[in-house]
Amino acid sequence: MRKQTKNNLITFAGTAVLFFTFAALSQAGVLNNMITGLLVPIGIYVILAISLNLTVGVLGELSLGHAGFMCVGAYVSGTVSLVIQNSPNLNVPDWLRFTVAIILGGVMAAVFGVLIGIPVLRLRGDYLAIVTLGFGEIMKSLANNIYLVMDNNGLHFGFTQAPELAENSEGANELLRGPIGMAAPQDTNIWIVTVVLLICLAILMMFIDSKSGRACMAVRDNYIAAQSVGINVTKFRLMAFTISAAIAGVAGALYSHSISLLAAKKFDYNLSILILVFVVLGGLGSLRGSIIATIILYALPEIFREVGNYRMLIYAIVLIGMMIFNNAPFFVQLRERIGASAPVQKFKGIFKKKNAGGAE
Amino acid sequence: MCEKSTSMLEVKELSIQFGGLRAVDGLNMRVKKGQLYGLIGPNGAGKTTVFNMLTGVYKPTSGGIFLDGANITGKSPVEINKSGIARTFQNIRLFKAMSVLDNVKVGMQNRTKYTTIEGILRLPRYFKEEKQMNEKAVELLKVFDLDGEKDALSANLPYGKQRKLEIARALATNPKLLLLDEPAAGMNPNETAELMDTIRFVREKFDMTILLIEHDMKLVAGICEELTVLNFGQELAQGETSAVLNDPKVITAYLGD
Repeated sequence: MRKQTKNNLITFAGTAVLFFTFAALSQAGVLNNMITGLLVPIGIYVILAISLNLTVGVLGELSLGHAGFMCVGAYVSGTVSLVIQNSPNLNVPDWLRFTVAIILGGVMAAVFGVLIGIPVLRLRGDYLAIVTLGFGEIMKSLANNIYLVMDNNGLHFGFTQAPELAENSEGANELLRGPIGMAAPQDTNIWIVTVVLLICLAILMMFIDSKSGRACMAVRDNYIAAQSVGINVTKFRLMAFTISAAIAGVAGALYSHSISLLAAKKFDYNLSILILVFVVLGGLGSLRGSIIATIILYALPEIFREVGNYRMLIYAIVLIGMMIFNNAPFFVQLRERIGASAPVQKFKGIFKKKNAGGAE
Repeated sequence: MCEKSTSMLEVKELSIQFGGLRAVDGLNMRVKKGQLYGLIGPNGAGKTTVFNMLTGVYKPTSGGIFLDGANITGKSPVEINKSGIARTFQNIRLFKAMSVLDNVKVGMQNRTKYTTIEGILRLPRYFKEEKQMNEKAVELLKVFDLDGEKDALSANLPYGKQRKLEIARALATNPKLLLLDEPAAGMNPNETAELMDTIRFVREKFDMTILLIEHDMKLVAGICEELTVLNFGQELAQGETSAVLNDPKVITAYLGD
């Protein structure tokens, strides 16, 4: 079997076993409340990290507005859910409504990805970083100021304040309430997150390990040489960026259906950077690294919540430690030496089996 | 008439101007099918600029480029590669973080037909074409004696092998005309001798027309059949290799008065 196929299978199986085990444990009520509460957000952040890894690691383009695509997905899907739910004439089962909402959230995020990508990805340089930075902030502000009311006469939009309704309107329902946010139905659970995560992971792996993924990596490694062998650079950049945006939209859809009240201020610059930190520390281009880094870095501050203010200090130390461990020449050499030694090889074999079977 | 049909590349009055500098001025050149043609000249003569125009990186200010009878002047690098010109670079430009095999497979990209969706869904055509691609790529690597390192990262290859891999990647696009930009740069005499064999072999095996830029006169004299000498963007001499290399004008341009 090819090395990459094998690596992908290990990552996929490991992720599946890990998430399904925790889902089963939380279902059985073995886990305490804190860990159960962490599972869904961790799953969502893993989806975000692997999707951003496609843009940053595989395509080699810096995106600083991943939260913007998440915001689009969250708001579109949440609105779709609320509209369907509040329409007395539509009798749609919950699972179908949620599926439609997730898909539309992803599609709309993809549309925005294309709109941004068409002008920007023709250029070389750091333009994508600048534009996505602006895009994220625009989406946040937009979502923060949008009001949507639904009554018997249909939907009413308003910016910066709730729309004035006609006097004969009945059963008015505020779906989007500006800075207060929206309360989409809470459909997301750890099982759904796990399944969606695995689908997204599979799509990304298949994409990267195909001629399209190779073309993206070729563009990343050498733009001019890629053109010289006949690769339509803009096309493949646009393709990868759009997939990345769509998956971020899907993660946003899961997110908006996972919390009781979603406020737009969540989707700020810090969130984009947080996801970027997961990707960079996990290793550019490595999906497995993104998954592991996200789990560790998201869970740590929550687990150390008890020690109060010191938790951010610990977080910072872990960040620096991971950076050094990943990149310092001494550690790189040490890792290679240890990795090559016979007892470790043996241990690795056992550990891998354990990881695939026991998932801790 | 008969002569015209056998020319692979025709360059007519090719010029390019960067601001006030006329980097290439009225160049005429004709490379016959199957020929090994050399483009030489002192540093800064405009040789690489000519290559960049031939491959669409620069758009010529005036003049025309015809590949196998078709006008390719001013087309994009991608279109030009698809119409049959492949190149290597003076400073090696490999896909460094990719394996040797993948470098060649990227070159074969446009010959495969499966779509991205078929790739993501892993439909039968993906497996069929990837398998064919792998086989062809390994075959090509064997020609350059690189098949033993097919899974290594291309950045980890020794210098001489990186040059060979670049040629292999260019050939993977199935070109009619191969442009080599200083293939022997930075090589020791042994490696250069080996490279000369490789170039000759490529020409025979793939029935390739080759245009190369080179400073190493031993290599030029050894394999090129015809030469064009550029100096300050203008043609200084043209013709059979031995005649050109003994031309007093050429010797003066290289060695000074």
